[in-house]
Amino acid sequence: MLKDITLGQYFPGNSPIHRLDPRTKLIMLVVYIVALFLAKSWVSYAVMLVFLLTAIKISTIPPKSILRGMKPLVMILVFTGVLNLFFTRDGRTLVNIADFIIITEGGLTRAVFMMARILMLITGTFLLTYTTSPISLTDGLEALLNPLKKLHVPVHELSMMMCIALRFIPTLIEETDKIMSAQKARGADFENGSLMERARALIPILVPLFIGAFRRADELATAMECRCYQGGEGRTKMKLLRYRRNDMVTFGIGIVLTVLVIVLASFGL
Amino acid sequence: MNPILEVKNLNYIYSAGTPFEHKALDNVSFAVSRGEFIGIIGHTGSGKSTLMQQLNGLLKPTSGEVLLDGTDIWSDKKLTRQARFRVGLVFQYPEYQLFEETVYKDIAFGPKNMGLSPEEIDRRVREAAGFVGITEEQLKVSPFDLSGGQKRRVAIAGVIAMEPEVLILDEPTAGLDPVGRAGILSNIEQYRRAKNATIMMVSHSMEDVARLTDRLLVMNGSKLAMDAPPAQVFDRAGELKDMGLSIPQVTEVFLGLQQLGVDVKNVYTIDQAVAELKRLKGGAAHA
Repeated sequence: MLKDITLGQYFPGNSPIHRLDPRTKLIMLVVYIVALFLAKSWVSYAVMLVFLLTAIKISTIPPKSILRGMKPLVMILVFTGVLNLFFTRDGRTLVNIADFIIITEGGLTRAVFMMARILMLITGTFLLTYTTSPISLTDGLEALLNPLKKLHVPVHELSMMMCIALRFIPTLIEETDKIMSAQKARGADFENGSLMERARALIPILVPLFIGAFRRADELATAMECRCYQGGEGRTKMKLLRYRRNDMVTFGIGIVLTVLVIVLASFGL
Repeated sequence: MNPILEVKNLNYIYSAGTPFEHKALDNVSFAVSRGEFIGIIGHTGSGKSTLMQQLNGLLKPTSGEVLLDGTDIWSDKKLTRQARFRVGLVFQYPEYQLFEETVYKDIAFGPKNMGLSPEEIDRRVREAAGFVGITEEQLKVSPFDLSGGQKRRVAIAGVIAMEPEVLILDEPTAGLDPVGRAGILSNIEQYRRAKNATIMMVSHSMEDVARLTDRLLVMNGSKLAMDAPPAQVFDRAGELKDMGLSIPQVTEVFLGLQQLGVDVKNVYTIDQAVAELKRLKGGAAHA
């Protein structure tokens, strides 16, 4: 059923990575991605892979659930691999079928590199969302974007909106489930019929769902006003973000990683 | 008389085979006849809502049978769909499921899905509207322009218009004012009388079920704990309290009177209480 969809995919835990400041994790993700794009050789990829696997090990996230999250992305991976494999003409020819399908050495390496890059990119991002609750993620994002306030970007409002949106996803799923059951009880049929008929069958679900969402939004707005909410101006936080020693160590590792990859690249590795 | 609806050894397990496995119904069996008014009471999470959704084929039992007029509703796909129409289900807060442009169209949604002729749909919509006291004028307006109580009536009419032989309602009066409550309860009773339909009503108001129902099903911890007329159920006050339920206030008052040594019988409704007090007063005057 709808309830089985995992969203936000936060995996509660108490590993050193869970305890890191969300800002650190966000910055580290950016550093990691930059390093990944700087990496040009097997050696530097191996370095990145060791870093990634160590991070997963420390996070205590079961590798199985990370693999499960990969499932929807298999198509993209295959697509990238195939494109690079067949359309790169570089180096010695390995396979040549009727001058139509040509696989070159360069194409093969490129395909493997691109797939490894995407795989590691996604796994790194997963590590962030798996170890950081949506609330602290938005908190971290708000803190990092804070300088933009000088340019009159409504940073607090944006992060509050994101926070509310995340909060209401499970509620809306539950509501959809209820409305579907109720309309089914009146004989609505969502499984049979042509595409048009099925699309039309969604109206009895969508209309009440939207009305319900607006009603909830209204109620939430009133409830927030009752608690004197007035945006980010002068607002204090219950959980203050503070960099600790672990965060400093992490930044250190990030710098070492980047330098290492750059040095390796300058040696042509 | 053969029962219209019968369940035999019904079991239902949510998310079977996962760590979230939860047994929501545990070997539930009962039968209901035409024209009966049945109350279902039970603590939150006792399996009432799951049970309701089994009865019209929205949920498929893990094991056990749901017999409608003697045939298992899961024995044939067509029968399962038929069961949706023959057993009408009104969910909690049904007004949140309205979606059409006019009240008329919304009530017609169920009959339309049954594939009835336009004339028959028209007849049913008007009749259903009559049962719940929706006027000709109100049929033309948008359901979203009505008051909360009226919306609830429209939603109930939407199910009544399918003319179900069994009408199941989950807390039809939740969140309504006393006038609204009384109105909806008498609408339901009218429908039962007119069509000799079976009513099954989930309620948290012990007063309502004591006054209206012929029989009570008491759910506790996924099991059917009691199946008896209200008087017999409420005589087991201690057990009910252990299940997180209560007895009608008037019953409680009269039990208190008995403990004070006043010679009164057990009563379950206000009417019975009045009669009993009159008897007591009459008796005292004679003495």
